Amino acid sequence: MWEYTEKVLDLFYNPKNQGAIEDRDEAGVAVVFGEVGSIACGDALRLHLKIEVDTDRILDSSFQTFGCTSAIASSSALTELVKGITLDEALNISNRDIAEYLGGLPEEKMHCSVMGQEALEAAIFKYRGIEVEQHEDDDGRLVCSCFGVSENKIRRVVIENNLTTVEQVTSYVKAGGGCSSCGAEIEDIIAAVQQEKEVTATRVAAEIAVAQAQNRPLTTVQKIGLIQSVLQEVRPVLIADGGDVELYDVEGDVVKVVLKGACGSCASSTATLKNAIEVRIKERVSPNMIVEAVE
Amino acid sequence: MSAVIYLDNNATTQVAPEVVEAILPYLTQYYGNPSSMHTFGGQVGKAIKQARSQVASLLGAEESEIIFTSCGTEGNNTAIRAALAAQPDRKHLITTSVEHACVLNLFKQLEKQGYTVTYLSVDRKGQLDLMELEAAMTGNTALVSTMYANNETGTVFPVEQIGAIVKEYGATYHVDAVQVVGKLPLNLKNSTIDLMTLSGHKLHAPKGVGALYVRRGFRFRPLLIGGHQERGRRAGTENVVGIVGLGKAAELAQLHLADIQHEKKLRDKLEKGLLAIADTEINGDRKNRLPNTTNIGFKYIEGEAILLSLDQFGICASSGSACTSGSLEPSHVLRAMGLPYTTLHGSIRFSLSRYTTEAAVDRVLEVMPAIVERLRAMSPFNNDQAEWLQDREEAVLGSR
Ligand code: FES
Repeated sequence: MWEYTEKVLDLFYNPKNQGAIEDRDEAGVAVVFGEVGSIACGDALRLHLKIEVDTDRILDSSFQTFGCTSAIASSSALTELVKGITLDEALNISNRDIAEYLGGLPEEKMHCSVMGQEALEAAIFKYRGIEVEQHEDDDGRLVCSCFGVSENKIRRVVIENNLTTVEQVTSYVKAGGGCSSCGAEIEDIIAAVQQEKEVTATRVAAEIAVAQAQNRPLTTVQKIGLIQSVLQEVRPVLIADGGDVELYDVEGDVVKVVLKGACGSCASSTATLKNAIEVRIKERVSPNMIVEAVE
Repeated sequence: MSAVIYLDNNATTQVAPEVVEAILPYLTQYYGNPSSMHTFGGQVGKAIKQARSQVASLLGAEESEIIFTSCGTEGNNTAIRAALAAQPDRKHLITTSVEHACVLNLFKQLEKQGYTVTYLSVDRKGQLDLMELEAAMTGNTALVSTMYANNETGTVFPVEQIGAIVKEYGATYHVDAVQVVGKLPLNLKNSTIDLMTLSGHKLHAPKGVGALYVRRGFRFRPLLIGGHQERGRRAGTENVVGIVGLGKAAELAQLHLADIQHEKKLRDKLEKGLLAIADTEINGDRKNRLPNTTNIGFKYIEGEAILLSLDQFGICASSGSACTSGSLEPSHVLRAMGLPYTTLHGSIRFSLSRYTTEAAVDRVLEVMPAIVERLRAMSPFNNDQAEWLQDREEAVLGSR
C-alpha cells in the first residue's frame, strides 16, 4: 500500500470538481476540454475548462479521470489550482505545483501529476487552436515506444524536476517502465541535460571572472547566474526538509525568491532566507544584496 | 475502522490458532538443535519427523519424499535447478506465461545461460492448450514447470495430463502447487509429478517455511550445500518453529478439505452478488478453478482506486492493476489471457479461507455497488464505444 498524504486521501475520497462542464453557449464564454493518457496505459484524464474569452481567465474547471488514487487526487488538485487565473498563468503550472498542492506524492506516482500538467496544456492549446503535435514532438523522436514518450517530453521533465536517474524518469513519465530497452537512451538524455547545465554555469563563471578582473560592475545576467548557483547549493537541504526555493526576480540589489512547500509555511523560513541564502549572496555577488520572499 | 475483513488469502493467510499453540513450546521450552546428540535436541528432531509425516500425509506422499524449505521461492528455485542438474545434456525447458515471478525470472536467467525456453500461452480463461505443449516437447526437453493453479484467477491446470505428456519424452515435471495445497485434495502416490512445491503461509502456517516434494528415486542435486540436514538435500539448521507449524497446518488442512464446499459456497455468493453490478466480468476458468478464488473485472475504473475505497471499510483484497505495485504494467497473468484494457486495469481478486464468514461476504456486497458507481461517475470512459479510447488503445498497442 502506498503512503499518501492526508490531502491526497481527502481529494480521493471527496474529490472537488468532478464531471464535465456543459457548454451552454453563454455569450463571451468558451468551454473546452483537453485529454491525455489512454485506457491501455492505465490512466487517462479529461480536463474541462470554462474560459472568459475577453480576459482569458479560467472561470471554472472540472475533471474526469480513469486512474488510481493519486491520479484522481492530482486531477482534483489541478482544477483547484487553475480556477480564476489566466491561461498564460495556467501554462506556468508545472507538475511540481500539482504535487506540492497535494503535500507530495510517492515518487513512483509522480506521473499522475505530469498527466495533469499535460492535460492542462492540451486544453489550452486546443482552445488556442495550436496543434499539440507541433509542441510535443518538435523533432518527432520517440524514445520509449512502450509508452509512446518523446525525447522532448523526457528532457522537459528532467529539467523541470531536476531528475538524475532513469528510475526517476520512469516514475515521472513512465518511459523505461516497459521492456526497458530505452533505458540507455534516457540515460544519455539525462547526461546531456546535466552537461548543458554545467556549460552554462562555467560560461557565466568565466564572464564574471573577466568582469571582476576588469573591475567592471556585474551585468544583470551575470548577477542572476551567480544567484542561481547559490540557490542550487541550498536547494538540496530545503528539498530534504520538504521545501524548495525558486528565483522570482532581481530588481537592482533586491533578490526576490519564492519559498515553496514546507519552506513557505515554516516559521523559520525568514531565518533560512537571511542565514543560508542572503549571506552567501552577499559574499558571492555583492555586499549590498538583500533577499526577500514573495508570495 | 471496524474489524478487518480479510479476503486476500491467496497473498497470505492468518496463522491458525491451533498452529500457534503447537509452535509455542518450540519457542520457549524445546529450543534444542535437532542435529545434537543429546536427548534435549532429539525431542526437537522428533517434532520435525512428525511434521514431515503430517505434510506427507496431506500430499499422499512418503515422509522421505518431503524436504523442508524456507518458502515457495526456494522450493521452486531448488526444484528447477535440481531438475537441470539431473539431465545436464538437455537444454530445452518449457513453462507457461502465467507463472509466478520466482519461476519466470529464473527461466529468464537460464535463457542467458544457454537454455532455450518455451513459454506456453493461455486462453481467455487462463487455460493451457495441451496440443501446444505436445508440439513444443522434444527429446532435448529437460524440464516442464507449470503451476497447479494460478494465484490470480484460481484457474487449475490439468497437471496429470500435462505430466503424462512430459513422461512420454523422458523429461522432468515440476509443479508449483503453492496455491493448491490445502484447497484441493492431492494424492501423489501414482502421480506423473516429479517435483512439487508448497509454501506454509498460504495454508495458515507462519511465513518463512515451505516444503518440496521430490519423487522417490529422483536424482536430486541440492541448492544449499553444508551440513547433513534434510538428508543432505537442504543444508542449514532447521526452522523448527516454522516446520512444526507447517506440520500442524497440514494436519488441519486435511481435516478442512472435507468442508471446502462451504468456502466455495461463500465464494459463489460473493461472485453472484458482484456480477449483479453492471459491466463486470469473471476472469478465469469457471469450471476448473480453486474453490476460494474469484477475480472480477469492473470495467472502466482502476483497481487501486477500488482497493483503497474498500480499505476504507476495512476490506482487504488485491488487484492486478499496475498502480498497486509501482510497476507500470498491469498483471502479466491477465495480460497473457488477452483481457481488454477496459477490464484489465479494474480487476480485483477476492480470495477466501476457512475463516471467512458469511457476514464478511455480505459486507462486501453491501459496499461494493456504491464504490463502483462513485468511481465510474469520475471516469471519462463508460462504454466500449468511446472513440478517443479506442484510437489511443490501438496507437499504444500498435507501437508495442
Ligand atoms: S521502449 Fe521504453 S520501456 Fe520499452
